[in-house]
Amino acid sequence: MHESILEVRNLCAGYKDHPVIEDVSLSFEKGKVYSIIGPNGCGKTTLMRTVSRNHKPSSGQVLLHGKNIFQMNTKQVARHIAMLSQHNATLEDITVRTLVNYGRYAYRDWWKGQTAEDQDTVRWALDRTGMSDYADRKITALSGGERQRAWIAMSIAQKPEILLLDEPTTYLDISHQLEIMELISKLNREEKITIIMVLHDINHAARYSDEMVVMHNHHVYQQGDPWSLLRSNVLRDVFHIEADISKDQENGTPIFYARKVVQDQ
Amino acid sequence: MRNNTLALKDRKSYRLTVLLIFLLALLLAFLIGNAMGTIRIPFNRIVEVMFHPDATVESRTIWNIRLPRVILGGLVGINLALSGAILQGIMGNPLADPGIIGISSGAGLFGIFILVVLPQFQNMVPLFAFLGAMIAAGIIYLLAWNGGILPMRVVLAGVAVSALFQAGISGTLVFYADRVHGALTFMNGSLSARSWGEVQTILPYTIFGLLLSFLLREKMNIMLLGDDVARGVGLHVERTRFVCTALAALLAASAVSVVGLLGFVGLIVPHSIRLLLGNDYKVLIPGSALCGASLVMFSDTFARTIFSPAEIPVGIVMAVLGVPFFLYLLRR
Repeated sequence: MHESILEVRNLCAGYKDHPVIEDVSLSFEKGKVYSIIGPNGCGKTTLMRTVSRNHKPSSGQVLLHGKNIFQMNTKQVARHIAMLSQHNATLEDITVRTLVNYGRYAYRDWWKGQTAEDQDTVRWALDRTGMSDYADRKITALSGGERQRAWIAMSIAQKPEILLLDEPTTYLDISHQLEIMELISKLNREEKITIIMVLHDINHAARYSDEMVVMHNHHVYQQGDPWSLLRSNVLRDVFHIEADISKDQENGTPIFYARKVVQDQ
Repeated sequence: MRNNTLALKDRKSYRLTVLLIFLLALLLAFLIGNAMGTIRIPFNRIVEVMFHPDATVESRTIWNIRLPRVILGGLVGINLALSGAILQGIMGNPLADPGIIGISSGAGLFGIFILVVLPQFQNMVPLFAFLGAMIAAGIIYLLAWNGGILPMRVVLAGVAVSALFQAGISGTLVFYADRVHGALTFMNGSLSARSWGEVQTILPYTIFGLLLSFLLREKMNIMLLGDDVARGVGLHVERTRFVCTALAALLAASAVSVVGLLGFVGLIVPHSIRLLLGNDYKVLIPGSALCGASLVMFSDTFARTIFSPAEIPVGIVMAVLGVPFFLYLLRR
Protein backbone atom coordinates (compact mmCIF):
# COMPACT_ATOMS: atom_id res chain seq x y z
CA MET A 1 0.00 0.00 0.00
CA HIS A 2 2.80 2.40 0.89
CA GLU A 3 4.31 2.63 -2.51
CA SER A 4 6.51 5.64 -3.07
CA ILE A 5 6.16 6.98 -6.60
CA LEU A 6 8.18 10.15 -6.32
CA GLU A 7 11.23 10.69 -4.25
CA VAL A 8 13.31 13.80 -3.72
CA ARG A 9 16.76 12.87 -2.51
CA ASN A 10 19.24 15.34 -0.99
CA LEU A 11 18.10 17.99 -3.42
CA CYS A 12 19.93 21.32 -3.60
CA ALA A 13 19.00 24.07 -6.02
CA GLY A 14 19.41 27.79 -6.34
CA TYR A 15 20.51 30.70 -8.46
CA LYS A 16 24.22 31.16 -8.98
CA ASP A 17 25.84 31.30 -5.51
CA HIS A 18 22.56 31.80 -3.78
CA PRO A 19 21.03 28.50 -2.61
CA VAL A 20 17.25 28.37 -2.38
CA ILE A 21 16.72 24.78 -1.28
CA GLU A 22 19.33 22.79 0.57
CA ASP A 23 19.45 19.06 1.13
CA VAL A 24 15.73 18.48 0.78
CA SER A 25 14.62 14.85 0.97
CA LEU A 26 10.98 13.87 0.62
CA SER A 27 9.08 10.78 -0.33
CA PHE A 28 5.63 10.86 -1.87
CA GLU A 29 3.25 7.92 -1.74
CA LYS A 30 0.86 7.00 -4.47
CA GLY A 31 -2.69 8.33 -4.22
CA LYS A 32 -2.14 10.82 -1.43
CA VAL A 33 -2.56 14.59 -1.25
CA TYR A 34 0.47 16.57 -0.10
CA SER A 35 0.62 20.25 0.71
CA ILE A 36 3.80 22.21 1.04
CA ILE A 37 3.54 25.33 3.17
CA GLY A 38 6.04 27.82 4.42
CA PRO A 39 6.73 31.53 4.65
CA ASN A 40 7.62 33.54 1.56
CA GLY A 41 11.07 32.83 0.21
CA CYS A 42 11.43 29.45 1.93
CA GLY A 43 12.01 27.66 -1.35
CA LYS A 44 8.58 26.13 -2.02
CA THR A 45 8.31 27.36 -5.59
CA THR A 46 11.90 26.43 -6.41
CA LEU A 47 11.25 22.94 -5.08
CA MET A 48 8.20 22.64 -7.34
CA ARG A 49 10.09 24.04 -10.30
CA THR A 50 12.91 21.58 -9.75
CA VAL A 51 10.60 18.60 -9.39
CA SER A 52 8.88 19.66 -12.62
CA ARG A 53 12.28 19.94 -14.40
CA ASN A 54 11.95 23.69 -14.88
CA HIS A 55 14.96 24.31 -12.70
CA LYS A 56 18.19 22.34 -12.75
CA PRO A 57 19.28 21.09 -9.31
CA SER A 58 22.87 21.79 -8.27
CA SER A 59 22.97 18.39 -6.62
CA GLY A 60 20.64 15.62 -5.54
CA GLN A 61 18.04 13.66 -7.41
CA VAL A 62 14.35 13.54 -8.20
CA LEU A 63 13.31 9.93 -8.70
CA LEU A 64 10.13 8.87 -10.45
CA HIS A 65 9.54 5.17 -9.74
CA GLY A 66 13.22 5.04 -8.86
CA LYS A 67 14.41 6.69 -12.08
CA ASN A 68 16.09 10.09 -12.21
CA ILE A 69 13.74 12.44 -14.09
CA PHE A 70 16.62 14.53 -15.39
CA GLN A 71 17.92 11.51 -17.25
CA MET A 72 14.56 10.41 -18.59
CA ASN A 73 13.05 11.24 -21.96
CA THR A 74 11.09 14.46 -21.47
CA LYS A 75 7.92 13.01 -23.05
CA GLN A 76 8.10 9.99 -20.75
CA VAL A 77 8.23 12.26 -17.71
CA ALA A 78 5.28 14.30 -19.03
CA ARG A 79 3.17 11.13 -19.14
CA HIS A 80 3.64 10.72 -15.40
CA ILE A 81 3.98 14.23 -14.00
CA ALA A 82 1.90 17.27 -14.91
CA MET A 83 2.57 20.72 -13.53
CA LEU A 84 0.34 23.73 -13.12
CA SER A 85 2.55 26.79 -12.66
CA GLN A 86 1.68 29.82 -10.65
CA HIS A 87 1.99 32.25 -13.51
CA ASN A 88 0.74 31.20 -16.85
CA ALA A 89 1.47 32.72 -20.21
CA THR A 90 -0.32 35.91 -21.13
CA LEU A 91 -0.55 34.93 -24.74
CA GLU A 92 -3.74 32.95 -24.55
CA ASP A 93 -5.38 33.73 -27.82
CA ILE A 94 -6.49 30.11 -28.06
CA THR A 95 -9.60 28.14 -27.27
CA VAL A 96 -9.93 25.92 -24.20
CA ARG A 97 -10.06 22.85 -26.43
CA THR A 98 -6.80 23.80 -28.15
CA LEU A 99 -5.12 24.29 -24.78
CA VAL A 100 -6.33 20.94 -23.46
CA ASN A 101 -5.16 19.35 -26.70
CA TYR A 102 -1.59 20.48 -25.97
CA GLY A 103 -1.77 18.26 -22.90
CA ARG A 104 -1.72 15.32 -25.31
CA TYR A 105 1.60 16.35 -26.82
CA ALA A 106 3.58 13.70 -24.95
CA TYR A 107 1.47 10.97 -26.50
CA ARG A 108 1.69 12.20 -30.05
CA ASP A 109 4.11 11.13 -32.75
CA TRP A 110 5.30 14.03 -34.83
CA TRP A 111 4.07 12.62 -38.11
CA LYS A 112 0.62 11.84 -36.79
CA GLY A 113 -2.29 14.07 -35.95
CA GLN A 114 -4.85 13.63 -33.25
CA THR A 115 -5.90 10.07 -32.54
CA ALA A 116 -9.30 8.88 -31.33
CA GLU A 117 -7.71 8.28 -27.94
CA ASP A 118 -6.52 11.88 -27.81
CA GLN A 119 -10.03 13.10 -28.58
CA ASP A 120 -11.56 10.88 -25.92
CA THR A 121 -9.06 12.01 -23.33
CA VAL A 122 -9.59 15.67 -24.16
CA ARG A 123 -13.35 15.18 -23.84
CA TRP A 124 -12.83 13.40 -20.53
CA ALA A 125 -10.55 16.16 -19.22
CA LEU A 126 -13.04 18.86 -20.19
CA ASP A 127 -15.84 16.90 -18.56
CA ARG A 128 -13.95 16.22 -15.32
CA THR A 129 -13.18 19.90 -14.86
CA GLY A 130 -16.65 21.06 -15.87
CA MET A 131 -15.28 22.87 -18.91
CA SER A 132 -17.20 21.06 -21.66
CA ASP A 133 -19.51 24.01 -22.23
CA TYR A 134 -16.55 26.36 -22.53
CA ALA A 135 -14.50 24.24 -24.91
CA ASP A 136 -14.69 26.64 -27.85
CA ARG A 137 -14.23 29.82 -25.85
CA LYS A 138 -11.01 31.78 -25.83
CA ILE A 139 -8.98 31.48 -22.64
CA THR A 140 -8.86 35.27 -22.50
CA ALA A 141 -12.67 35.41 -22.37
CA LEU A 142 -12.82 33.30 -19.19
CA SER A 143 -13.00 34.35 -15.55
CA GLY A 144 -10.09 33.56 -13.23
CA GLY A 145 -11.68 30.41 -11.85
CA GLU A 146 -12.66 29.10 -15.28
CA ARG A 147 -9.22 29.83 -16.58
CA GLN A 148 -7.63 27.83 -13.79
CA ARG A 149 -9.98 24.94 -14.53
CA ALA A 150 -8.95 25.09 -18.18
CA TRP A 151 -5.28 24.79 -17.18
CA ILE A 152 -6.12 21.90 -14.86
CA ALA A 153 -7.96 20.24 -17.75
CA MET A 154 -4.79 20.55 -19.83
CA SER A 155 -2.74 19.02 -17.01
CA ILE A 156 -4.99 16.01 -16.55
CA ALA A 157 -5.15 15.45 -20.32
CA GLN A 158 -1.55 14.34 -19.80
CA LYS A 159 -3.06 11.46 -17.82
CA PRO A 160 -0.52 12.03 -15.06
CA GLU A 161 -0.03 9.92 -11.97
CA ILE A 162 1.21 13.01 -10.18
CA LEU A 163 -0.19 16.51 -10.44
CA LEU A 164 1.99 19.34 -9.18
CA LEU A 165 0.27 22.64 -8.43
CA ASP A 166 2.00 25.84 -7.37
CA GLU A 167 -0.48 27.96 -5.45
CA PRO A 168 -3.46 27.00 -7.59
CA THR A 169 -5.85 29.36 -5.80
CA THR A 170 -3.84 32.58 -5.75
CA TYR A 171 -5.61 35.55 -7.34
CA LEU A 172 -8.99 33.82 -7.08
CA ASP A 173 -11.93 34.97 -4.98
CA ILE A 174 -13.08 32.81 -2.09
CA SER A 175 -15.78 30.83 -3.89
CA HIS A 176 -13.48 30.01 -6.79
CA GLN A 177 -10.74 29.05 -4.36
CA LEU A 178 -13.05 26.51 -2.78
CA GLU A 179 -14.21 25.31 -6.17
CA ILE A 180 -10.64 24.65 -7.30
CA MET A 181 -9.75 22.89 -4.02
CA GLU A 182 -12.83 20.68 -4.36
CA LEU A 183 -11.89 19.90 -7.95
CA ILE A 184 -8.35 18.91 -6.95
CA SER A 185 -9.72 16.77 -4.15
CA LYS A 186 -12.15 15.10 -6.55
CA LEU A 187 -9.37 14.33 -9.03
CA ASN A 188 -7.44 12.68 -6.21
CA ARG A 189 -10.38 10.59 -4.99
CA GLU A 190 -11.93 9.60 -8.29
CA GLU A 191 -9.00 9.53 -10.66
CA LYS A 192 -6.40 8.43 -8.08
CA ILE A 193 -4.04 11.22 -9.08
CA THR A 194 -1.36 11.92 -6.48
CA ILE A 195 -1.45 15.61 -5.63
CA ILE A 196 1.54 17.68 -4.55
CA MET A 197 0.74 21.33 -4.12
CA VAL A 198 2.14 24.49 -2.68
CA LEU A 199 -0.53 26.35 -0.74
CA HIS A 200 -0.60 29.69 0.93
CA ASP A 201 -3.73 29.06 2.92
CA ILE A 202 -2.88 26.79 5.88
CA ASN A 203 -6.56 25.97 6.43
CA HIS A 204 -6.90 24.74 2.88
CA ALA A 205 -3.80 22.66 3.34
CA ALA A 206 -5.12 21.21 6.60
CA ARG A 207 -8.51 20.41 5.18
CA TYR A 208 -7.55 18.85 1.88
CA SER A 209 -4.27 17.06 2.45
CA ASP A 210 -3.22 13.74 3.90
CA GLU A 211 0.22 15.02 4.61
CA MET A 212 1.68 18.48 5.12
CA VAL A 213 5.25 19.55 4.58
CA VAL A 214 6.53 22.71 6.22
CA MET A 215 9.51 24.39 4.62
CA HIS A 216 11.61 26.96 6.37
CA ASN A 217 14.93 28.60 5.46
CA HIS A 218 15.62 26.39 2.44
CA HIS A 219 14.98 23.16 4.41
CA VAL A 220 12.14 20.81 5.18
CA TYR A 221 11.31 21.84 8.71
CA GLN A 222 8.68 19.29 9.56
CA GLN A 223 6.36 16.82 7.93
CA GLY A 224 3.23 15.09 9.17
CA ASP A 225 -0.53 14.75 9.02
CA PRO A 226 -2.50 17.99 9.52
CA TRP A 227 -3.46 17.36 13.16
CA SER A 228 -0.03 16.47 14.43
CA LEU A 229 1.56 19.25 12.47
CA LEU A 230 -0.76 22.04 13.59
CA ARG A 231 -0.69 20.88 17.20
CA SER A 232 3.08 21.09 17.32
CA ASN A 233 5.08 24.28 17.69
CA VAL A 234 5.68 24.59 13.99
CA LEU A 235 3.36 27.56 13.43
CA ARG A 236 5.03 29.44 16.22
CA ASP A 237 8.54 28.54 15.13
CA VAL A 238 8.16 29.01 11.41
CA PHE A 239 5.38 31.52 10.89
CA HIS A 240 5.84 33.36 14.20
CA ILE A 241 2.18 33.28 15.07
CA GLU A 242 0.15 32.10 17.99
CA ALA A 243 -2.96 30.32 16.83
CA ASP A 244 -6.12 28.65 18.08
CA ILE A 245 -6.79 25.22 16.66
CA SER A 246 -10.31 23.88 16.50
CA LYS A 247 -12.02 20.99 14.78
CA ASP A 248 -14.05 21.28 11.61
CA GLN A 249 -17.37 19.67 12.58
CA GLU A 250 -18.03 18.30 9.14
CA ASN A 251 -14.66 16.96 8.04
CA GLY A 252 -12.92 16.41 11.33
CA THR A 253 -9.94 18.35 10.02
CA PRO A 254 -8.15 21.02 12.03
CA ILE A 255 -8.95 24.69 11.53
CA PHE A 256 -6.60 27.30 12.72
CA TYR A 257 -7.07 30.92 13.54
CA ALA A 258 -4.05 33.20 13.75
CA ARG A 259 -4.33 35.10 17.00
CA LYS A 260 -1.22 37.20 17.16
CA VAL A 261 2.29 37.64 15.90
CA VAL A 262 5.05 36.37 18.16
CA GLN A 263 8.07 38.62 18.23
CA ASP A 264 11.42 36.98 17.76
CA GLN A 265 13.36 36.45 20.92
CA MET B 1 -24.20 30.26 -20.03
CA ARG B 2 -23.97 28.02 -23.03
CA ASN B 3 -21.81 29.74 -25.57
CA ASN B 4 -20.01 27.23 -27.63
CA THR B 5 -19.64 28.97 -30.97
CA LEU B 6 -16.15 29.40 -32.32
CA ALA B 7 -14.73 32.86 -32.70
CA LEU B 8 -14.42 34.03 -36.30
CA LYS B 9 -10.66 33.51 -36.49
CA ASP B 10 -10.99 29.89 -35.38
CA ARG B 11 -13.48 28.89 -38.04
CA LYS B 12 -12.11 26.71 -40.77
CA SER B 13 -14.17 28.36 -43.50
CA TYR B 14 -12.93 31.83 -42.56
CA ARG B 15 -9.30 30.71 -42.42
CA LEU B 16 -9.53 29.02 -45.80
CA THR B 17 -11.21 32.05 -47.36
CA VAL B 18 -8.47 34.39 -46.16
CA LEU B 19 -5.76 32.03 -47.40
CA LEU B 20 -7.53 31.79 -50.75
CA ILE B 21 -7.63 35.57 -51.04
CA PHE B 22 -3.88 35.69 -50.39
CA LEU B 23 -3.38 33.04 -53.06
CA LEU B 24 -5.29 35.21 -55.53
CA ALA B 25 -3.24 38.23 -54.48
CA LEU B 26 -0.10 36.21 -55.15
CA LEU B 27 -1.34 35.30 -58.60
CA LEU B 28 -2.18 38.93 -59.32
CA ALA B 29 1.23 40.09 -58.08
CA PHE B 30 2.85 37.50 -60.31
CA LEU B 31 0.95 38.68 -63.40
CA ILE B 32 1.46 42.38 -62.72
CA GLY B 33 5.15 41.80 -62.04
CA ASN B 34 5.48 40.22 -65.46
CA ALA B 35 3.31 42.78 -67.21
CA MET B 36 4.74 46.08 -65.99
CA GLY B 37 7.92 47.75 -67.16
CA THR B 38 9.36 49.66 -70.06
CA ILE B 39 7.40 47.45 -72.37
CA ARG B 40 3.94 46.52 -71.20
CA ILE B 41 2.84 43.00 -71.86
CA PRO B 42 -0.86 42.13 -71.72
CA PHE B 43 -1.91 39.28 -69.41
CA ASN B 44 -2.93 36.94 -72.19
CA ARG B 45 0.48 37.33 -73.85
CA ILE B 46 2.18 36.52 -70.53
CA VAL B 47 0.28 33.28 -70.21
CA GLU B 48 0.95 32.54 -73.87
CA VAL B 49 4.73 32.95 -73.80
CA MET B 50 4.90 31.28 -70.39
CA PHE B 51 3.75 28.04 -71.95
CA HIS B 52 5.14 28.58 -75.44
CA PRO B 53 8.31 30.65 -75.34
CA ASP B 54 9.18 32.19 -78.68
CA ALA B 55 11.78 34.55 -80.10
CA THR B 56 9.83 37.77 -79.58
CA VAL B 57 11.06 40.62 -77.40
CA GLU B 58 8.11 40.01 -75.09
CA SER B 59 9.01 36.39 -74.57
CA ARG B 60 12.67 37.16 -73.97
CA THR B 61 11.82 39.99 -71.59
CA ILE B 62 9.68 37.67 -69.54
CA TRP B 63 11.96 34.64 -69.56
CA ASN B 64 15.25 36.44 -69.09
CA ILE B 65 14.33 39.39 -66.92
CA ARG B 66 10.93 39.58 -65.34
CA LEU B 67 10.04 35.98 -64.56
CA PRO B 68 13.18 35.14 -62.57
CA ARG B 69 12.96 38.44 -60.77
CA VAL B 70 9.31 37.98 -59.83
CA ILE B 71 9.94 34.43 -58.66
CA LEU B 72 13.00 35.51 -56.70
CA GLY B 73 10.97 38.27 -55.04
CA GLY B 74 8.37 35.71 -54.05
CA LEU B 75 10.94 33.31 -52.60
CA VAL B 76 12.70 36.05 -50.66
CA GLY B 77 9.34 37.20 -49.33
CA ILE B 78 8.48 33.67 -48.18
CA ASN B 79 11.83 33.20 -46.44
CA LEU B 80 11.83 36.52 -44.62
CA ALA B 81 8.18 36.26 -43.57
CA LEU B 82 8.65 32.73 -42.24
CA SER B 83 11.83 33.72 -40.47
CA GLY B 84 10.01 36.56 -38.70
CA ALA B 85 7.01 34.39 -37.83
CA ILE B 86 9.28 31.78 -36.25
CA LEU B 87 11.48 34.25 -34.35
CA GLN B 88 8.52 36.14 -32.86
CA GLY B 89 7.19 32.91 -31.40
CA ILE B 90 10.34 31.44 -29.92
CA MET B 91 11.82 34.72 -28.73
CA GLY B 92 8.50 35.75 -27.22
CA ASN B 93 8.75 39.19 -28.72
CA PRO B 94 6.46 40.72 -31.33
CA LEU B 95 9.28 42.91 -32.66
CA ALA B 96 11.57 40.00 -33.48
CA ASP B 97 12.26 40.40 -37.18
CA PRO B 98 15.50 39.15 -38.72
CA GLY B 99 16.24 42.70 -39.88
CA ILE B 100 15.55 44.48 -36.63
CA ILE B 101 17.30 42.11 -34.25
CA GLY B 102 20.46 41.81 -36.31
CA ILE B 103 20.22 38.29 -37.71
CA SER B 104 20.11 39.67 -41.24
CA SER B 105 23.05 41.99 -40.62
CA GLY B 106 25.01 39.07 -39.17
CA ALA B 107 24.33 37.17 -42.37
CA GLY B 108 25.07 40.30 -44.39
CA LEU B 109 28.45 40.92 -42.78
CA PHE B 110 29.67 37.38 -43.36
CA GLY B 111 28.21 37.32 -46.85
CA ILE B 112 29.73 40.60 -47.96
CA PHE B 113 33.05 39.76 -46.36
CA ILE B 114 33.30 36.65 -48.51
CA LEU B 115 32.17 38.57 -51.58
CA VAL B 116 34.74 41.32 -51.37
CA VAL B 117 37.63 39.79 -49.45
CA LEU B 118 37.55 36.16 -50.51
CA PRO B 119 35.68 36.24 -53.83
CA GLN B 120 37.08 32.82 -54.79
CA PHE B 121 34.62 31.30 -52.28
CA GLN B 122 31.66 33.10 -53.81
CA ASN B 123 29.49 29.99 -54.05
CA MET B 124 29.78 29.51 -50.32
CA VAL B 125 28.17 32.84 -49.52
CA PRO B 126 24.87 31.30 -48.28
CA LEU B 127 26.79 29.01 -45.92
CA PHE B 128 28.82 31.83 -44.42
CA ALA B 129 25.74 34.05 -44.28
CA PHE B 130 24.07 31.29 -42.25
CA LEU B 131 27.07 31.17 -39.95
CA GLY B 132 26.84 34.93 -39.45
CA ALA B 133 23.11 34.72 -38.76
CA MET B 134 23.65 31.96 -36.18
CA ILE B 135 26.39 33.96 -34.46
CA ALA B 136 24.09 36.97 -34.29
CA ALA B 137 21.29 34.79 -32.84
CA GLY B 138 23.75 33.27 -30.37
CA ILE B 139 24.85 36.68 -29.11
CA ILE B 140 21.23 37.77 -28.74
CA TYR B 141 20.39 34.71 -26.64
CA LEU B 142 23.49 35.18 -24.53
CA LEU B 143 22.58 38.77 -23.80
CA ALA B 144 18.86 38.20 -23.33
CA TRP B 145 19.14 35.07 -21.19
CA ASN B 146 18.57 35.13 -17.50
CA GLY B 147 17.20 31.77 -16.44
CA GLY B 148 14.74 32.15 -19.30
CA ILE B 149 14.42 34.36 -22.32
CA LEU B 150 13.46 37.93 -21.48
CA PRO B 151 11.44 39.41 -24.36
CA MET B 152 12.39 43.01 -23.58
CA ARG B 153 16.08 42.17 -23.61
CA VAL B 154 15.75 40.33 -26.92
CA VAL B 155 14.98 43.55 -28.73
CA LEU B 156 17.55 45.62 -26.85
CA ALA B 157 20.24 43.02 -27.46
CA GLY B 158 19.06 42.63 -31.04
CA VAL B 159 19.31 46.33 -31.78
CA ALA B 160 22.83 46.37 -30.34
CA VAL B 161 23.86 43.30 -32.35
CA SER B 162 22.32 44.82 -35.46
CA ALA B 163 24.25 48.06 -34.98
CA LEU B 164 27.48 46.15 -34.46
CA PHE B 165 27.17 44.07 -37.61
CA GLN B 166 25.93 47.04 -39.67
CA ALA B 167 29.08 48.86 -38.61
CA GLY B 168 31.07 45.84 -39.73
CA ILE B 169 29.36 45.90 -43.11
CA SER B 170 29.97 49.64 -43.55
CA GLY B 171 33.60 49.15 -42.55
CA THR B 172 34.08 46.37 -45.08
CA LEU B 173 32.50 48.50 -47.78
CA VAL B 174 34.77 51.43 -46.98
CA PHE B 175 37.99 49.39 -46.90
CA TYR B 176 37.22 47.53 -50.08
CA ALA B 177 35.35 50.33 -51.88
CA ASP B 178 37.08 49.50 -55.16
CA ARG B 179 35.84 45.91 -55.18
CA VAL B 180 32.26 46.54 -54.21
CA HIS B 181 29.79 46.87 -57.01
CA GLY B 182 26.35 47.87 -55.98
CA ALA B 183 27.16 48.15 -52.29
CA LEU B 184 24.30 50.54 -51.83
CA THR B 185 21.79 48.11 -53.28
CA PHE B 186 23.12 45.48 -50.92
CA MET B 187 22.58 47.70 -47.90
CA ASN B 188 19.03 48.49 -48.93
CA GLY B 189 18.05 45.17 -50.38
CA SER B 190 17.45 45.08 -54.09
CA LEU B 191 16.26 42.62 -56.70
CA SER B 192 17.85 44.64 -59.46
CA ALA B 193 19.66 42.56 -62.12
CA ARG B 194 18.94 39.28 -60.33
CA SER B 195 18.19 36.27 -62.45
CA TRP B 196 17.85 32.47 -62.52
CA GLY B 197 21.16 31.93 -60.73
CA GLU B 198 19.84 33.57 -57.59
CA VAL B 199 16.56 31.69 -57.90
CA GLN B 200 18.52 28.46 -57.89
CA THR B 201 20.48 29.56 -54.85
CA ILE B 202 17.48 30.33 -52.69
CA LEU B 203 14.87 27.82 -53.88
CA PRO B 204 16.16 24.79 -51.92
CA TYR B 205 16.15 26.80 -48.70
CA THR B 206 12.59 27.98 -49.31
CA ILE B 207 11.33 24.44 -49.88
CA PHE B 208 13.26 23.10 -46.91
CA GLY B 209 12.08 26.00 -44.74
CA LEU B 210 8.43 25.55 -45.65
CA LEU B 211 8.56 21.82 -44.96
CA LEU B 212 10.41 22.07 -41.68
CA SER B 213 8.33 24.92 -40.31
CA PHE B 214 5.20 22.95 -41.20
CA LEU B 215 6.55 19.99 -39.22
CA LEU B 216 7.44 22.24 -36.30
CA ARG B 217 4.04 23.97 -36.20
CA GLU B 218 2.73 22.25 -33.08
CA LYS B 219 5.99 22.63 -31.18
CA MET B 220 6.01 26.36 -31.97
CA ASN B 221 2.38 26.67 -30.85
CA ILE B 222 3.27 25.05 -27.55
CA MET B 223 6.32 27.31 -27.15
CA LEU B 224 3.90 30.27 -27.17
CA LEU B 225 2.63 29.07 -23.78
CA GLY B 226 6.02 29.71 -22.21
CA ASP B 227 8.97 27.50 -21.38
CA ASP B 228 7.57 26.04 -18.15
CA VAL B 229 4.29 24.92 -19.64
CA ALA B 230 5.99 23.62 -22.77
CA ARG B 231 8.40 21.55 -20.69
CA GLY B 232 5.50 20.38 -18.54
CA VAL B 233 3.64 18.83 -21.47
CA GLY B 234 6.78 17.07 -22.60
CA LEU B 235 8.36 19.41 -25.15
CA HIS B 236 12.14 19.48 -25.32
CA VAL B 237 12.31 23.25 -24.97
CA GLU B 238 16.04 23.84 -25.52
CA ARG B 239 16.21 21.60 -28.56
CA THR B 240 13.07 23.15 -30.06
CA ARG B 241 14.38 26.67 -29.54
CA PHE B 242 17.71 25.78 -31.12
CA VAL B 243 16.17 24.09 -34.16
CA CYS B 244 13.70 26.92 -34.70
CA THR B 245 16.38 29.60 -34.35
CA ALA B 246 18.63 27.76 -36.78
CA LEU B 247 15.76 27.46 -39.25
CA ALA B 248 14.92 31.17 -38.95
CA ALA B 249 18.59 32.06 -39.37
CA LEU B 250 18.88 29.81 -42.42
CA LEU B 251 15.83 31.37 -44.05
CA ALA B 252 17.00 34.91 -43.37
CA ALA B 253 20.57 34.16 -44.44
CA SER B 254 19.54 32.64 -47.76
CA ALA B 255 17.42 35.72 -48.47
CA VAL B 256 20.24 38.06 -47.51
CA SER B 257 22.74 36.23 -49.72
CA VAL B 258 20.69 36.95 -52.82
CA VAL B 259 19.11 40.35 -52.22
CA GLY B 260 21.01 42.02 -49.40
CA LEU B 261 19.45 43.54 -46.33
CA LEU B 262 15.72 43.66 -46.92
CA GLY B 263 14.00 44.74 -43.75
CA PHE B 264 10.49 44.77 -42.33
CA VAL B 265 9.05 41.88 -44.36
CA GLY B 266 9.50 39.60 -41.36
CA LEU B 267 7.75 42.12 -39.17
CA ILE B 268 4.83 43.34 -41.25
CA VAL B 269 3.75 40.05 -42.75
CA PRO B 270 3.46 37.73 -39.72
CA HIS B 271 1.73 40.48 -37.76
CA SER B 272 -0.83 41.13 -40.44
CA ILE B 273 -1.54 37.42 -40.53
CA ARG B 274 -1.79 37.30 -36.73
CA LEU B 275 -4.33 40.12 -36.81
CA LEU B 276 -6.32 38.39 -39.52
CA LEU B 277 -6.00 34.74 -38.56
CA GLY B 278 -4.66 34.50 -35.01
CA ASN B 279 -1.50 32.97 -33.60
CA ASP B 280 -1.91 29.35 -34.66
CA TYR B 281 1.18 28.34 -36.65
CA LYS B 282 -0.96 25.97 -38.69
CA VAL B 283 -2.35 29.02 -40.51
CA LEU B 284 0.45 31.46 -39.68
CA ILE B 285 2.94 29.52 -41.84
CA PRO B 286 0.96 29.30 -45.10
CA GLY B 287 -0.51 32.77 -44.50
CA SER B 288 2.90 34.37 -43.96
CA ALA B 289 4.38 32.57 -46.94
CA LEU B 290 1.61 33.67 -49.32
CA CYS B 291 1.44 37.20 -47.99
CA GLY B 292 5.23 37.61 -47.85
CA ALA B 293 5.63 36.46 -51.44
CA SER B 294 2.92 38.76 -52.78
CA LEU B 295 4.15 41.74 -50.76
CA VAL B 296 7.72 41.56 -52.06
CA MET B 297 6.49 40.91 -55.62
CA PHE B 298 4.18 43.94 -55.54
CA SER B 299 6.76 46.16 -53.86
CA ASP B 300 9.48 45.23 -56.33
CA THR B 301 7.24 45.88 -59.30
CA PHE B 302 6.42 49.24 -57.76
CA ALA B 303 10.10 49.94 -57.05
CA ARG B 304 11.20 49.39 -60.61
CA THR B 305 8.32 51.11 -62.38
CA ILE B 306 7.41 54.16 -60.29
CA PHE B 307 10.41 56.27 -61.36
CA SER B 308 11.00 54.39 -64.59
CA PRO B 309 13.49 54.20 -66.18
CA ALA B 310 15.29 54.79 -62.88
CA GLU B 311 14.90 52.00 -60.33
CA ILE B 312 14.84 52.28 -56.55
CA PRO B 313 15.84 49.39 -54.29
CA VAL B 314 12.83 47.42 -53.08
CA GLY B 315 14.20 47.79 -49.53
CA ILE B 316 13.30 51.47 -49.64
CA VAL B 317 9.72 50.63 -50.59
CA MET B 318 9.60 48.10 -47.76
CA ALA B 319 10.92 50.67 -45.31
CA VAL B 320 8.29 53.18 -46.41
CA LEU B 321 5.62 50.54 -45.80
CA GLY B 322 7.30 49.13 -42.72
CA VAL B 323 8.02 52.11 -40.56
CA PRO B 324 4.40 53.23 -40.14
CA PHE B 325 3.48 49.64 -39.37
CA PHE B 326 6.26 49.44 -36.80
CA LEU B 327 4.97 52.58 -35.13
CA TYR B 328 1.45 51.18 -35.17
CA LEU B 329 2.67 48.06 -33.35
CA LEU B 330 4.44 50.16 -30.75
CA ARG B 331 1.34 52.23 -30.14
CA ARG B 332 -0.98 49.25 -29.79
